[in-house]
Formats: sequence, C-alpha cells, structure tokens
Amino acid sequence: MACNSSTCNSSGCYKEYEEEEQHKSKTRAEVKGSNIRQNLCVKCKSSEPVCCGIGGEDSRFCKDCFKNNLYGKFKQAVTYNAMITPPDKVLVAFSGGPSSRVLLQFVHEMQYRAQKNYDASKDKSLPVFGVGVAFIDESSTNSFASQQIEKAIEDIRSIVSNLAPPSKELFVVPIESIFSSDGIDCKERLKKLLDALGDVTGKEDLLIHLRMLSLQKIASENGYTRVVLGSCTSRIACHVISATVKGQGYSLSADIQFVDSRWEIPVVLPLRDCPAQELNTLCSLDGLKIVETPNGPFSGINGLVSSFVKVLQEENLSRECTIVRTAGKLTPFHFNRIPEIQDSNVPSATRRHHRRHGLKSNGSLSSESFCAICNSPLKKSNSSSSLTNESPQPSNRFVAACSSCQFQILPKDPSLMEQFLPLLPHPMITRAKHGDRGNVSSLREQIQDFLLSDGDDEI
Amino acid sequence: MEADAKPMKLGGRLCCVCNQRRAALKRPKTLEQICRECFYAVFEEEIHQVILENKLFKPGERIAIGASGGKDSTVLAYVLSELNRRHNYGLDLFLLSVDEGITGYRDDSLETVKRNELQYGLPLKIVSYKDLYGWTMDEIVKMIGLKNNCTFCGVFRRQALDRGAALLKVDKVATGHNADDIAETVLLNILRGDIARLSRCTSIITGEDGPIPRCKPFKYTYEKEIFMITLGCQSLNELSTYAYFKKLDYFSTECIYSPNAYRGFAREFIKDLERIRPRAILDIIKSGEDFRIATSTKMPEQGTCERCGYISSQKWCKACVLLEGLNRGLPKLGIGRNQGLNSDAKKDIKKDDRTKSIESKQCGSLEF
Repeated sequence: MACNSSTCNSSGCYKEYEEEEQHKSKTRAEVKGSNIRQNLCVKCKSSEPVCCGIGGEDSRFCKDCFKNNLYGKFKQAVTYNAMITPPDKVLVAFSGGPSSRVLLQFVHEMQYRAQKNYDASKDKSLPVFGVGVAFIDESSTNSFASQQIEKAIEDIRSIVSNLAPPSKELFVVPIESIFSSDGIDCKERLKKLLDALGDVTGKEDLLIHLRMLSLQKIASENGYTRVVLGSCTSRIACHVISATVKGQGYSLSADIQFVDSRWEIPVVLPLRDCPAQELNTLCSLDGLKIVETPNGPFSGINGLVSSFVKVLQEENLSRECTIVRTAGKLTPFHFNRIPEIQDSNVPSATRRHHRRHGLKSNGSLSSESFCAICNSPLKKSNSSSSLTNESPQPSNRFVAACSSCQFQILPKDPSLMEQFLPLLPHPMITRAKHGDRGNVSSLREQIQDFLLSDGDDEI
Repeated sequence: MEADAKPMKLGGRLCCVCNQRRAALKRPKTLEQICRECFYAVFEEEIHQVILENKLFKPGERIAIGASGGKDSTVLAYVLSELNRRHNYGLDLFLLSVDEGITGYRDDSLETVKRNELQYGLPLKIVSYKDLYGWTMDEIVKMIGLKNNCTFCGVFRRQALDRGAALLKVDKVATGHNADDIAETVLLNILRGDIARLSRCTSIITGEDGPIPRCKPFKYTYEKEIFMITLGCQSLNELSTYAYFKKLDYFSTECIYSPNAYRGFAREFIKDLERIRPRAILDIIKSGEDFRIATSTKMPEQGTCERCGYISSQKWCKACVLLEGLNRGLPKLGIGRNQGLNSDAKKDIKKDDRTKSIESKQCGSLEF
C-alpha cells in the first residue's frame, strides 16, 4: 500500500494537525504574523523559515526544524509501538512515490544512527536492525512501455545503492511472482485472474491485496521480521472513506493502526501521522528523487473517494487528519500490536527495551475469522440489519469472504466461481479453505440449490 | 430526473418480478427492471418488512409523522397510513409539522401538509418557532445573517418536534429520513470527528431513553425511489389504475436559507457513488452500523435544562442557550465548539439566581 503520488498530492500547504477550527488558525496566523515579519522560524527563532508552498502558513519552520518535526513523528511512532527493535530485519515497501521515498530515508537515518551508537558502545549488546527494500513491479497489469518501467527500476537501484552504509538489499519482484510456486505461467495466470473481475474497483483492490501478499512473500522468504509501509495520513484518510463506502466498517479499524500483525510478518505504518503535503515538501527540500512509476490514478470508487477527500482537504487543511483521527477512535483488534517475544534466545537487552515501552499483551485474544481475499476480520454473523435490503448472494456463501469482496471480487455465478477460485494465489486459497464455513460437499449442495433458482434472475 | 426518461428506453423488456407486464423502470436500489405495479408493491413491502423486523411500532400506539411537506414525509404519511390499514398495525397516526417561519418556503410547504391532512384523513398539528421561541427564522436570519443559521434552525426544530409530539401525546415520532440522508450523516460524522454521533446515527430508533423516541421507517429507502414514487404518481394520472397516487403532491424547494457547501460536498459525493455503485448507500449504512465503537466512549450524561425542562446534557439546553444569545443580541453565543457559551450562561444563571429567584435557588453554585 505504498503511496502513489497521484493520489496524495493535494495542493495546499502543510500545517500542524491539531487545529480544526478556522478561526483558531486565523489567530495563529496573526500571532505568526510578527514572526514572519521578522522572518524567523517559529521554533528555533534563529534561522529563516523556508517557503515551500502557497499561503503564509507555510513559512513557519526553517528547513531543519521542519525536517526534525517530521522525523520526530516517524520516530515516535516507531518507538512507541516497538515497530523496529534492534534484532529486527525490516523490509521497506518502496513504490518510488514521495511517501515511500521519505520512509526509506527515515528508516535509513534511523539505521545509520543505530550503527553509530553500536560502533561507539562497549558491550555491543544492542545489534543494529537490518533494512531491505522491496519494489513490486506491476507493469504486467497495465499497458505501459517497458522502457518506462526499466528506467524506473534503474532509478530505484541507484537510490538504494546511493544510501550510505549499512548496505540494503533491494528486491525487485514482479507482482505475478506470487504464483511462482505453482510452476505455471505466472503472467498468464494473473491476467486470467484479473480478467475474471468485472468491477473496476474490485480489480484495483485485488491488486492491492496481491501486492501485500508479494511483500509478505519476499519478507518471509528472506528472513525479514517487519514489513514497513509508507502509508501517509492522506492515503489512510482515503482508505477510511473508501472502506466505509464499501461496507467494511467492521474491519476498518484493523487497517489503520500503526501495527498490523494479522499477517505472517507484521506490517507497520510509521508515517500514519504525516500528511502527504509534508512528505512532498520534504522531498523537494531535501532533493529526494521521486521515481515515476506507471501506476495510473485510481478509477471507480477509489477514484471518486480520492477526489472527494482532495476537495475536502482544499476546503479545510486539516480535514484528512480529522478523518484519520475519527477512525483512530474505533476499537482496534487484538492483532494491532507487535506480538510479544517469547523466544528465550532474544537478547535480554531487547526484552528490557520492550518492557520499558510497556508493550504487554492484554491477553484478550479472540478467535477472529478472516476474509479469504482481503484478510479483513469478519463480523460474527449478525443477520438483523441486512436482511431486507441486500439482495441475497447465496452463491458465495461457501467462501468465507467479507461482503465487499463478495460483491466486487468474487463472481456471482456459482459456475464461474468454481473456475475463479483456483486462479487465486496460494495464500488466499488456503485462507478460503481454512474459513470456518463449508467443505467441498456442502459447496456442491449450495451450488445445486442455487442453480435451480438461478434462471429467474436472468433478464 | 432520469426517472421519466429511462422507461422509454426499456420498452419491450418484461418486469423481473411478475414476468408479465412490461418493465417500466429500473429500480435505483438494485437496477432491476421492473413494472410500475411491482415497483409500488416492492417499495411498500420493503418498508413493511423494515417496520416488522425492527419492531418500530406496537399495536395501539399513537404515532406522529414529522411532516415537512417535502417528498420524504409526504410519501411516509401515505405509506404509513396505507400499511396501517392494510396490515392492521392498529396505530393512531398524526401529522406533526414545524413552522420555522420562513416566508416563501415553509408557508408554501405547510399548504401541502394541510392538503395531506385532508387526503389521508390524518389530524395535523403545527407548532411554530414564533409561538415556542418568539422568533421566526426570518427574524433570526435578519439578525445573524446566513452563516450558522442552520444551527439555530436544527436545534429549534428538534425541540419543537418533541414539544409538538408531547402536545399530541404520541408514543413515537416517525421521520422521513431516507437511506441517502443517513449515509450522508455517517460520512459527515467521520469528516468532523464526531465519534459519539457516529455510533448512534445509524440506529433506526433513537432517543429511547428520552421522552419521545424517534424512528426512521425509510432508513433503507433510497431517495431516488421516493422521488420516483412521487414523480410516477404525477405522470401516472392518465394511464394508471393507481388513482390514489395522483393526489400525492409534495412541495419541492430547497430551503432558501441553506446553501450549505460542506453538506453539499457529501451529498454530491453520495450521488456520484450511487451512479457507479447503487449499493454504496446501503454499504455506508452497514459500515455505520458495524463500526467498532467502544461502548465506553463517553456519552454526554443526560439531564434536564434548568430553564425549560427539556432534556439536556448541559445546564441549559442548546435551544435555550441559542435563544439567550438571540435575546441578548449576542447570537454568536451558541455557535462553535467553545463551551464558553454554556459556561457563560452558567455564570449568568448564577447571577440571575442570586438576584431573581432566591426561593428556587439551585445548588448549582457548588458545582465546581
């Protein structure tokens, strides 16, 4: 879910996110007025503020203070949630866009500082965490020129290799390689799978799920212990709205936390509190190179949502933060934290580190079942509300899937369904099988039932 | 809207419900092609099912229908009286209207309500802002301008409906909020960070702890379908046997004081969504119902207003605070999130208490 520049670059300027009311910001602007006249950074009161956008609000921090502020948000998210600890090996999901570019830079700086501390320490008790970078090449799903993607990959290689040591391993993996274990033509299989979907939004969402599976696969095969995503506030705000629109209100809170360990390798989102504009600003201030990748802008529901959020953000500069904050008040799931380390091999220093940050499990593990497609937790069946108004979809009852995936990804027709399921990559098939509903025989029965009544529905 | 254009294109297809008559329209909610007769039948049956499943009414209850004269409440009045008769709900139905005092808007729409009174034979009660608060909306807008006037109107109407309902001695008020309205409210509550309202805005019955509960029989009913009912009814006059529909007239003008851009964005967005995915509206409502909101989320404690006795979480209810602002010539008092207003009012109360009403002195002064 690394950030696409195309969805996140709402124009406007960066600002502090606590403020909501316009009159408040006005008074602040007045207060600041004096500073601007003196042309000093509001924080350090010594350097000149940088002008990096439109409007007077921007020129408040000097370059260093701005950067420190942003890095501070990242660092705080990382330490408070124990996202990265010394023995970890983290895989940075890198799309080339501004968010993941800043993420890579920050993770790199953190590693660089850890290395310096390590070199200076006597007992070498805390090792330096390892960093890898993964780029998922999705060129097979769109019709962009191969030179374009080759150029992008070339740029990414140079970005990663130009970072100061410790060196970072780079994985450039085509998205279709999630099928590689099946020993078939991966590209063909991916094409077949995507062609089976009629819904544009469903296609986009399925690609996002496949991307996550690819990242998980790389991480798992190469011994990584965390997958780090560059999802910024703006991106998450869009996700909040689109999940709401798709009827995923129940599982929404799982997706927007700093930590998400429902995956084999826990996924962390350290840039959750950083709006896209700030990340864009930092990229231009620090001359961080952004790689254009041929991921087109969203269409369908996702496209509508991102333009809606963009309009809102232009009308009120803290709207995205408010949206994320609202969703942040929803109750997270038990897997929204780093699982506790039970292994006695873990160095005691690390365990101390954990304890110091109060990372204790609360033991409230409930048995959640998950959607086979998007891995979102499923609400325990509650038939009250949807009865009258949603057209029943008995065809898909044999796959444990959320209502959203049933609608926009799984085929409605049971015979198509039988062809569709084997096209899915392994992890999804496994999840579908482990789903608590249905074995093969009941599957057949339900198809039979459905076929009888099916004729009436055709117009 | 497209409603009258579409049937033309569909000529020849058979209705997917009865398979006998020619399909006359595409149901906005499901995109099924359906004949008029089946559409009306399905439309009413769905609402009947919602009423049954959610146990909205009990036999013998007195129910007030919040009637604005707009399409939603007009159709609601029609459907409820029809269902009440057909399925023997055993309800006593009333029409309850609030007269905000908006010239050229409300006075016209009230005429519609008065006609509905005659058509459905439902007793009508009108409560006016002027009687309750001493101010019409026209006067309020003259004083405070077009900004924030909806705050006054909304707060006053909520209370006026309750007061009217109390006068009618009804057990419940049914309002014409439709699925689009509820979806819009879910989004707005996310956009403005109001988690408490987000958790209750999708409930089909609200205020059960209060004096008079409210319910929304149209919770799952699409605005477009309601619109089609009224529209169909008008054009049906000549060709349909559904004679009752020809009398279904409603008033259709936007409030002249409500050019609300922010709400407009959300409304527009929902219409766009509906265009590419009709079920999005129901999905938003479903999300709203499913959000994991901790029950411990602080809900304001309910008390009663010290001034008027209406339910209030503060010392004074919002209407009294706003009214106080109006009467003192400080209309900004009730607006915005700074509680200064209510704490302001509290100080005033204390002063007032001391000077005016020694006998009814509240222990409020110990309240810090």
